[in-house]
Amino acid sequence: MNFSIYRFDPDKDERPYMQNYDIMLEPADRMLLDALVRIKTVDDSLSLRRSCREGVCGSDAMNINGRNGLACITPVAGLKEPVTLRPLPGLPVIRDLIVDMTQFFKQYHSIKPYLINNDPPPETERLQSPEERAELDGLYECILCACCSTACPSFWWNPDKFVGPAGLLQAYRFLADSRDQATAERLDYLEDPYRLFRCHSIMNCVDVCPKGLNPTSAIESIKDMMIKRTV
Amino acid sequence: MVKRMVTGAHYGLRDWLAQRITAVVMVVFILCLAGILLISPPHDYAGWKAVFSNQWMRIASFLFLVSLFWHAWVGVRNILMDYVHATGIRLSLQILVILSLLFYTVWSVEILWEL
Repeated sequence: MNFSIYRFDPDKDERPYMQNYDIMLEPADRMLLDALVRIKTVDDSLSLRRSCREGVCGSDAMNINGRNGLACITPVAGLKEPVTLRPLPGLPVIRDLIVDMTQFFKQYHSIKPYLINNDPPPETERLQSPEERAELDGLYECILCACCSTACPSFWWNPDKFVGPAGLLQAYRFLADSRDQATAERLDYLEDPYRLFRCHSIMNCVDVCPKGLNPTSAIESIKDMMIKRTV
Repeated sequence: MVKRMVTGAHYGLRDWLAQRITAVVMVVFILCLAGILLISPPHDYAGWKAVFSNQWMRIASFLFLVSLFWHAWVGVRNILMDYVHATGIRLSLQILVILSLLFYTVWSVEILWEL
């Protein structure tokens, strides 16, 4: 199977280049990550992140034939050859398929991704009704792989100011949580032409999310909350 | 000098909402105009003039044009915020857009009420 993979080692290379690999896959090599591990047996200088190899940790997000996705849950069978692999777009490349996620996580931390509740903690858990818990479905499953934010042109142009789809999905996850008491502060923070309103609803994030989540819908829900408190 | 990131202007919802509302106004006007032109299509200059010399038509057309300019302001400002990162240039371009749109507004009044 033919692969064309983005290579860049800042210590050695002046500029990035694409390297071709022609690899004989074993029958057990069903996912793209298996193929990459197979390539590493031939060329161990190829660098990539991976951990759980089953779509839970979000480490092996990369640009696969022009589309962001997780290598570990992308079957090799359906891929057009040569399979072109590049690092996630829009983030600085550390080496080969590894990108510097600092900016991405900075935006994630900016929305305070934790429950804010000033009541004294009860003896047991802070309980939710099944309906209240259901509000979090489609929000809590995000694994922060950055496929969505790095597919978003608004995040490419303003990664330092626009929170990005992943961060905004998480922002709504806490706005939607019945146990959270910081709704007003969270909305105040997001009411900004850059942090939230750089989103022009082009839905690239929805298109690429490997977990099938819908950041655009979460962003619309944030705007709905803002309308409710303003109008 | 350390580059400090400053965000938090605390506005944005009003512009976003205005863009949607002005879009609805424009759609309604275009449908009404299409309806009028389908029912009694004007054949000559006098016919066209008659359609637009009705006072209600003038007001509706003016509302449409104001919606268009307002909508354009939000959209063009969005484009400038996305792509023009030097604050001085962005502000200059935004002022230019505002002045042009104000000019068009006055001009559209002149055109509509001169007919």
